[in-house]
Amino acid sequence: MLTGYLIYGLINSVVLVLVALGFNLTFGISGVANFAFGALYVTAGFLAWIGLNTLSLPYWVSAPLAVLITAVLAGLLYRVVVLRVRGLVVSEVIATFGVGLALLELFRFLGFIGFEYTLPDAGDFGVSVLGVVIDSQRLLIVAMGAALTAFLWLFTRYTTTGRAFRAIAQDEHTALTLGINTERTATIAVAFGAGYAAVAALVILPLGTIAVNEGYNVLVNALAVCIVGGLGSTLGVIVASFLIGMAQTLTAAYLGTHWMMIVSLVAILLILLVRPSGLFGSHKQLEERI
Amino acid sequence: MAAVATNPTAPSPARQRKERLDRGIKVRSEDIYALNSWRELAYLLAPRVLPVILVLLLGFGAPLYWQRVLLSTMVFGLLAISWDLLAQAGMVCLGQALFFGVGAYIAGILNHYFGITPFVTIPLGALGGGLLCTLLLLPVLRLRGIYFAMVTLILPLMIERIIEATKIFGGTEGISGLTPLPGHGLELFLIMAAFWIALFGFRRMMTSDYGLVLKGINDNDRAVMSAGLNIYRYKAQILFLAGSTGAFAGAFMTHAYQFVGMPVFALDYSILPIASAAVGGLGTLAGPALGAFILVPMSELLRGFGGLRIVIYAVLLVVFTVGLPEGVFHFLRRKYTQFERWAEVSK
Repeated sequence: MLTGYLIYGLINSVVLVLVALGFNLTFGISGVANFAFGALYVTAGFLAWIGLNTLSLPYWVSAPLAVLITAVLAGLLYRVVVLRVRGLVVSEVIATFGVGLALLELFRFLGFIGFEYTLPDAGDFGVSVLGVVIDSQRLLIVAMGAALTAFLWLFTRYTTTGRAFRAIAQDEHTALTLGINTERTATIAVAFGAGYAAVAALVILPLGTIAVNEGYNVLVNALAVCIVGGLGSTLGVIVASFLIGMAQTLTAAYLGTHWMMIVSLVAILLILLVRPSGLFGSHKQLEERI
Repeated sequence: MAAVATNPTAPSPARQRKERLDRGIKVRSEDIYALNSWRELAYLLAPRVLPVILVLLLGFGAPLYWQRVLLSTMVFGLLAISWDLLAQAGMVCLGQALFFGVGAYIAGILNHYFGITPFVTIPLGALGGGLLCTLLLLPVLRLRGIYFAMVTLILPLMIERIIEATKIFGGTEGISGLTPLPGHGLELFLIMAAFWIALFGFRRMMTSDYGLVLKGINDNDRAVMSAGLNIYRYKAQILFLAGSTGAFAGAFMTHAYQFVGMPVFALDYSILPIASAAVGGLGTLAGPALGAFILVPMSELLRGFGGLRIVIYAVLLVVFTVGLPEGVFHFLRRKYTQFERWAEVSK
């Protein structure tokens, strides 16, 4: 039993990593609030579904198209909405959350509710690890999690655009003096984060149905992981995902699902109390407390 | 005294800018304070007295349904005022539902288990709620900005889950059948009185020396510390004041709806005050209150749209925050106290 819980806990953790990476890229690494993140995640799922079922496109056309459209939507969101209130943090959060709310409730209004909204999974085969059978979709999730994390880590370290992401979060004015077009960089960062959300949606959603409420859960989970790990730290996202993912699975197994949420909330509270900028956060002591 | 700003989006022909000048009547009645006519007295009094009278007429003249809407509007208004008070002392709170919920539960428990009358439970709920929340947040008072905000976001969610998991105080069912306040008229009068006292009282407080220290904490806390003031004492006091205001709203709502349950910790009670502040304008106390008066009735009016209601509401919220980032109140105040004209830009 315990090995089963541990292995499924690990997979749950990779799901959290996938979900949090995009949010961390936008909010943590580039310092742009995008609280429409959960809505974009769900939108990608529905776009892929519409491509496959309504327009009957093959999967290899529909999936990349969904990712692309989601990224473009997010870029537009930044250009049309966020840019006008840039710097006013409360307004940024409210405006993007409002857009997300409108998107999600629009899907609900249009009748995107039900069991028929599923995406195809990777096929019917499984691998046995330590006596526990893992199906192909979960294997794909683990593989994608590893690949996307590695790509993000390399991208933010070895490419000009990736380093510009980090630069605008550290000091926007200094970035400007070094010839970085901050508005363009921020647009790309938001679109890039949304693209990550879309890819995560395409590999995670086949495990269940595409539900509107998933949008809210994804946002809360992503936020929790980013706080515990430390905003802007990729390593932090991984460690925090494993802590929260394992804690969630083990409490669900031994204490009951009611306690699942409480454990992760207590974890966040403790982290905030002891180390406000997260396990691997790079903020200075004086910025977080006095 | 000329406040000048350029407006990049205005349809200006070649090289013009918008010039803003204070009205003479503002300078005479506010800055040098030499009132010399009824007109100037009226200029000062109108924006303060007219809303009170208007709300009074609206409250006692409207049909019962809209009286209830007004009631919940003012409850949200109180929450928005308490949010802005905290924000002005440098504490951005994402969990106004904590104050609201704690106040609501204290009043509900006292009434249900001990049979105490609402006239005692509401004040006890307000003061006890304020005290409890202050004690709860005391350990994180040293945290700043977004870190404090995150703690306040998480606490109400956690209490909600604990009530769900341990099934205390009625669990998911909540406690219903509480004693109502005698008469709708009294109910309405009580919440109006509380609303205006909080609004004008806290506005007055912010103009005093005490308020100056609070604003200082918001602007630069280390400078206030180096002036030899204990900022944690100030912060704890404001936490108690704002907490009590929020808890009063919760305790009052409990008796108005005769029910207390997990929904009092819901995200609505945290988000709406912030949205009100964003729409109405931060940092004035009157702005967030005005925002609540725009948002709550608007969400009621949209009920006719059924499922589209939240979509339209969210879109309007975005339009307000993006189109008028300074807030409705700042915009109105500017129009009331200044006049604008196009002026040539000299090289």
